[in-house]
Amino acid sequence: MSAPGPTAAGPSTASVVFALLRKELRVELRTLESVPAMSLLAVTTFVLFHFGLNRGRVDGDLAAGVLWVTLLFASMLAINRLFVADLEQGGFDGFLLAPVSRSALLLAKAAALGVYLVALELVAVPAFALLLLGPSIGGALPGLVASLALADLGIAAVGTLVAALAVRTRARDLIGPLVALPLLIPVLLSGARLSAPLLAGGGPGPLAGRWLATLALYDLVFGLIAYAVFDFLLED
Amino acid sequence: MAAIEIAGLARHYGERAALDGVSLDLDAGQTLAVLGPNGAGKSTLLRVLGTLLRPHRGTVRVLGRSLPEHAYAVRGRIGFVGHDALLYRELSGQENLLFYARLYGVGPERVRELIETVGLGPRAGDPVRTLSRGMVQRLAVCRAVLHRPELLLLDEPLAHLDPAALELVAPLIGPPTGCTRVLTSHDPARALEEADLVLALRGGRVILLDRPGILDAAGVRELYR
Repeated sequence: MSAPGPTAAGPSTASVVFALLRKELRVELRTLESVPAMSLLAVTTFVLFHFGLNRGRVDGDLAAGVLWVTLLFASMLAINRLFVADLEQGGFDGFLLAPVSRSALLLAKAAALGVYLVALELVAVPAFALLLLGPSIGGALPGLVASLALADLGIAAVGTLVAALAVRTRARDLIGPLVALPLLIPVLLSGARLSAPLLAGGGPGPLAGRWLATLALYDLVFGLIAYAVFDFLLED
Repeated sequence: MAAIEIAGLARHYGERAALDGVSLDLDAGQTLAVLGPNGAGKSTLLRVLGTLLRPHRGTVRVLGRSLPEHAYAVRGRIGFVGHDALLYRELSGQENLLFYARLYGVGPERVRELIETVGLGPRAGDPVRTLSRGMVQRLAVCRAVLHRPELLLLDEPLAHLDPAALELVAPLIGPPTGCTRVLTSHDPARALEEADLVLALRGGRVILLDRPGILDAAGVRELYR
């Protein structure tokens, strides 16, 4: 036992990210704490809009706004819970004791959040089309998928950062949305502007390149910010 | 060679000093027993040595590297058993250990070996939430020694273990390991038996740092007043 372990230098970041992500998804599959709650909230919100707007069908700007606001609120549930199991069950300390890069946790958590968002969208977008959307969604799908994919990257970066910040506070359920939602306004704005022509009544229009570029730039900037400050958030 | 060198260590939680002016040296391969009543600062000291807490004042060197600057360099050489098992309740014992093995770059055969050593083979696939506290503690010991650490930081490592389990984990964290060890225990007599040096804390301050032989039963009782 006195000889140093074979791992004093630590394993590669890629293998650590993979191990963390696998653990994350396995825990979610066993507990079903995030994705079902997000999906249920989204579907319920669509039903409420259906009755609250007093119209069976929406399109264009209104449809895009309803879809993106709902997705953002639903994503808050996963963001709030992203680090809770680690904090409550000691996984934070277990990770901090290991000779691995702190950034691996950021990448794994962001990837896990990305997976939850995709799962949410697989439920929420068809439900939206069924319950609220006037025009057929078929022609809008390629553009919508591109917008959602870019938005998911930004939400995953910002969400992971905010979740790490909020989890050690007593009011984490409040702090999470309070910090994350204002930071995600550019995602909402770009996503809605991109989607509105796709969901227009007269058939899907073209994707607006500048809003795609805005989303991509947002992803890049917040990805870099998250990478730069994440280590400090984990420090005592 | 000193495995641990501490000089004037202080650590605060808000206004309260959890450690205040702690200094000591511990040679490689020796065992330090840390005694004191609840809230004396024992766990805080172990968490500072384990790189989980930063010192607020003073200098700390562990395995020849100063903390917190070179924390990364010593993490893979430390094994830590704390109050929490650091295991995910929804995962099985085996899944938890395999997860930590990947973080330390250890192969699965080491996990199998440890599970058999602590007698948890038949329950290795059960979720941790279904195991008794003693079984969870056995897994926590396995997690701490997965990577064959040089320094063991043991905060009440034998809590919840029955006599049979004590025998199973002794070869992993006891004196035969040859590791440098820092341990706290709810059983001071046992801790003193294994110690080369004893540190007693009260209110975060050192009230005794000496060879364990100078303490009799009355002296130990006095430390917990």
